[in-house]
Amino acid sequence: MNAKTADKIATAVFYAIAGSVILILAFLLGYILISGFPKLTWQFLTTPAKAFTAGGGIGIQLFNSFYLLLLAMLISFPIALGAGIYLNEYAKQNWLTTIIRTAIEILSSLPSVVVGLFGFLLFVVHMKMGFSILSGALALTFFNLPLLTRSIEGSLAAIPNLQREAGLALGLSRWETVTHVILPAAVPSILTGVILSAGRVFGEAAALIYTSGQSAPALNFGDWNPFNISSPLNPMRPAETLAVHIWKINSEGIMPDASAVSAGSSAVLVLAVLLFNFLARWLGRRLYHRLTSATN
Amino acid sequence: MSEKSTTPVDAPLRNIYHFDETTHEIALSTHDLHVFYGDNEALTEGDLQFERYKITALIGASGSGKSTFLRSLNRMNDGIAKVEGEIRYRDLDINSNQIDVYEMRRHIGMVFQRPNPFAKSIYDNITFALKQRGVRNKQRLDEIVETSLRQAAMWDQVKDELHQSALALSGGQQQRLCIARAIAMEPDILLLDEPASALDPVATSQIEDTLLQLKEKYTIIIVTHNMQQAARISDYTAFFHLGKVLEYDEARKIFTRPKVAITNDYISGNFG
Repeated sequence: MNAKTADKIATAVFYAIAGSVILILAFLLGYILISGFPKLTWQFLTTPAKAFTAGGGIGIQLFNSFYLLLLAMLISFPIALGAGIYLNEYAKQNWLTTIIRTAIEILSSLPSVVVGLFGFLLFVVHMKMGFSILSGALALTFFNLPLLTRSIEGSLAAIPNLQREAGLALGLSRWETVTHVILPAAVPSILTGVILSAGRVFGEAAALIYTSGQSAPALNFGDWNPFNISSPLNPMRPAETLAVHIWKINSEGIMPDASAVSAGSSAVLVLAVLLFNFLARWLGRRLYHRLTSATN
Repeated sequence: MSEKSTTPVDAPLRNIYHFDETTHEIALSTHDLHVFYGDNEALTEGDLQFERYKITALIGASGSGKSTFLRSLNRMNDGIAKVEGEIRYRDLDINSNQIDVYEMRRHIGMVFQRPNPFAKSIYDNITFALKQRGVRNKQRLDEIVETSLRQAAMWDQVKDELHQSALALSGGQQQRLCIARAIAMEPDILLLDEPASALDPVATSQIEDTLLQLKEKYTIIIVTHNMQQAARISDYTAFFHLGKVLEYDEARKIFTRPKVAITNDYISGNFG
């Protein structure tokens, strides 16, 4: 076999492999979206679930998912940002930072169900927070922190050293260089990382089953005082999210239209994660253009 | 030890020019400078004086220690290498622990080999560090932007696009913006580390013209690989070899009658 034929065969094989990956993905997405599509009505998206009769919606679960995501991000982003800046800009290569990096690596490979059980023991039982949004948000923080830290560290590391030298050579301190030169240049990529991890958090179920709970008590969307028990904003109420809802319907749902509700919820979940991904790309690119051209 | 010894590092073969300080004003000088990367000594010693408002070129093969030396002069090697010895600037040893490094770097600016404008507009590239130092007056900032861009010989090309991204400029323009940015801080001394090596010949000659203009107001120390460039623009030239300065003299002497055989070999292209 001559080199030309070998090259042709190899190219064909790689095309086939890449094609099958796309095919599997397209099949999966297509299946979920098509079987869930008939369910996607405004009424389905906004009304509460029904436990025993048909026609229930996912309104509360959807709200819970977003609220939990927001709280989890509010807690984990500042910590991840600080850790990322420390690791990439300040930390020297020594035993301490090696331990930190190893710890982050181990934490990021922890199965989410283990994170959930740990959160159950620590927050729900020991700290007496009960099944609550706060317990869930803290568990999600544990789940999210390692990956977000590494993604931010990676975003900072991608900014060339020449930029740091440029700042220092102008008499700027390291802090000024980090906050005014490095961070702005890294914002698009950090933001992309944040949104992508938001997609992961949004679809997470195992870490939440034992922390934010599996029930979605009725909410009064007219009451925005976070201290009232029926207020959507109350962080101490149990909150079933969309992903947990799907898991629950499929394991113990007894409503007559369980499979349709499950299919509809899955479609919403997948659409939301897809939306996060496209938003990340679009916003990242847009921000990069804005920040690198005219400002002021 | 014989005067005729051919080993490069023998003391008698070193010819280091020393200025008569009653007639020449010294902007910067180094004494017994040693630079270590870990346990490796990259530069064994450098006893050099740099005259004010002159261009001094540092030449030598790759790895001869000239860039290491230059980067030590405004402490850009901090955290990378260990620098021992004295660097004298206005009766201060700027290599000492008591020096405010950030303040010092405003007096001794630096331009790097690869253009490194910030991902900001042309205007912000120049004014950003000034604003951090408390210069807020818009009119004053506008003036500085214009003067420094004029000094870097690029005002006419960019005056209508000051708020465009600096990243959209060509490589040569980016490098001149970096020079403008450095001189906007009004330093005494400008260090340049092969500022034209990433540029084409036209942009290179424009940078050289710019430097010749700038030496009326600034003391310039430039590392270069380009012999013709050193010969064209420098008043004094130091030849680095294996981490030592072998010869330091007026440029015309270095390039016409070098005293050390190795200098002659290097400038005539026999090695390096």
